Amino acid sequence: MSIVRKFLAAAAVAAAMFAMPASAQDMKIALVVKALGNGFFDAANKGAQEAAKELGGIEVIYTGPTAATAEGQVEIINSLIAQNVNAIAVSANDPDALVPVLKKAMERGITVISWDSGVAAEGRQMHLNPSDTDLIGETIIKLAADYLPEGGDVAILSASSTATNQNAWIEAAKKILPEKFPKINLVATVYGDDDSVKSTNEAKGLIASYPNLKAIIAPTTVGVVAAAQVVTDMGLIGKVNVTGLALPSEFKQFIDNGSSQAVALWNPIDLGYSAVYIAHQLATKKVEAKPGAKISIGKVGEITLDDTNSAAMAAPFQFDKSNIEEFSKIY
Amino acid sequence: MSTVETARRRIPDRLDTPLKGTLLSWEMLLVAVALGIFVTNSLASPYFLNPWSLSDMTFNFTEKGLIALAMALLIISGEIDLSVAATIALASTLMGMALQSGADTPTLVAIGILTGLACGAVNGALVTGLGLPSIVVTIGTMSLFRGIAYIILGDQAYKGYPAGFAFFGQGYVWWVVSFELVLFAAAAVAFWFLLHRTSFGRRVFAIGNNPVAAQFSGVRVNRVKFVLFCLTGLMAGIASVLLTSRLGSTRPSIAQGYELEVITMVVLGGVSILGGAGSIVGVVLAALIMGMVTFGLGLLNVPGIVMSIFIGLLLILVIALPIVWRRFFGRAM
Repeated sequence: MSIVRKFLAAAAVAAAMFAMPASAQDMKIALVVKALGNGFFDAANKGAQEAAKELGGIEVIYTGPTAATAEGQVEIINSLIAQNVNAIAVSANDPDALVPVLKKAMERGITVISWDSGVAAEGRQMHLNPSDTDLIGETIIKLAADYLPEGGDVAILSASSTATNQNAWIEAAKKILPEKFPKINLVATVYGDDDSVKSTNEAKGLIASYPNLKAIIAPTTVGVVAAAQVVTDMGLIGKVNVTGLALPSEFKQFIDNGSSQAVALWNPIDLGYSAVYIAHQLATKKVEAKPGAKISIGKVGEITLDDTNSAAMAAPFQFDKSNIEEFSKIY
Repeated sequence: MSTVETARRRIPDRLDTPLKGTLLSWEMLLVAVALGIFVTNSLASPYFLNPWSLSDMTFNFTEKGLIALAMALLIISGEIDLSVAATIALASTLMGMALQSGADTPTLVAIGILTGLACGAVNGALVTGLGLPSIVVTIGTMSLFRGIAYIILGDQAYKGYPAGFAFFGQGYVWWVVSFELVLFAAAAVAFWFLLHRTSFGRRVFAIGNNPVAAQFSGVRVNRVKFVLFCLTGLMAGIASVLLTSRLGSTRPSIAQGYELEVITMVVLGGVSILGGAGSIVGVVLAALIMGMVTFGLGLLNVPGIVMSIFIGLLLILVIALPIVWRRFFGRAM
């Protein structure tokens, strides 16, 4: 009898050991996006699938409403709760309206994180920003400096003078200039108001006023296209390099014609990859989401949570001749 | 979710068709569709037959269903209200404003309901007072009400509703039975009684079939229509309280597109879009069907656009089926 019992106990232990990987096999992570049919989010899903493959035993459920509404996301999250998913990673249409339903999800033991577009702190365990102010400020200068080994004059063509985002990035850029890029000389900051015509005129004005200008930095998708068009039209390719934050699909032609060496923007593939990576680690209790916690995001690196349990993924991702073709098809 | 009691005395709702057969068959058809979807959902997903899942499912239709009950009466009378979703937005925005100045829960609820009532009264006054077509008036007020909400809020949000306020959209009366579901059930009984068991309900049918004849028979057509617009606004106000409570916040884009879902429910429920015929039982069944379809497809992680296609097909199918049946098998269904 006791032998039988021992055998049963051993079997139970063995079963438990087998059950661990078996239950990991069943892990379901939902990637909830603002709306389906958007290239940016489809790219994020691609990254999410990559992470799932790398980590193993994860099923990624890629879902979102047809129209980008909070009500639609609430309905979807309700059905995900009913499916007993292990984790929900959401890019929210509304930071507040999703809080009650996400709280309910957490009460039922589901790991909840937000990425890209955040949820208020009480509705998630952590939030993953694509990037942060300092990283963006540094990147936009670096994009110009990388192709100016001798240094030289650069100018910034921004959006409107009241745009909070752009102003913060430019401040961060100015702060980092003397420390890391002493040879780069920022001669002017002008504002094109995210208007094609005004941005074109401002870019022409910069070229006329500063004959030694080596690069125009436009941390706005409208301005960067306008500046590159001006450089192309005025035959200044090779003399003035245009760079900044640009959508690959809109900007591909200017990388191709040489008016720009490289631009940058958040990489949705890495974003989806990191969201699933983080969700997996929180759901398996490998790490706990609390201020100061360090969480690995696989090949992308590591993040550190701040006081509000948010973190920045990485510096904006660089697009140049080597990869613009691929990304221009994505977004 | 109880089975429908069909053994009751029937009063013909329309004089030109043998109504007993048609109406009975319509409701029975909806019951069959509902059962079919319930069984399909249960077989397709192991998560469907769970008390909490079924409870979560009801939130997909309760708010829209409440409005659909009143909308059914309005459409039977030959009018329509496309501004109900905008009414929700305006009522929610005004509740948020009151919250900013420190209103307590009863005040908030009163403001939401009264705003809805006022919006309905504006529609009713324009339609009955000036004799304008309701579809034109309510397309106008749809932009007007939501426009006001956008002017007040812009891209901001109101949040921080008191804990007691959360009960209306998130609270449970008993176990898995939510407050919203109880309210919907109570409202369904009330509207059923109003439409099918009172002289007011008879007048609504009379107006829908022939407003001129109704007028000459001594029915105060405009007054009845005005009351129906107010009722629809009132239900939109109640829905606004529930939705605001469920989301815990207000944005001017709240309830975007709800008006078409509400009207879909009403039409699917067998209410004639031309007025004059329909039943509350049908509308309740249609609300249940739409809730089950969206939740069931959600459980299978079917993309939203496929869901819209499915609802559209269901609508066409359910409406076409009795007509096709009658054409091939005569009128004896």
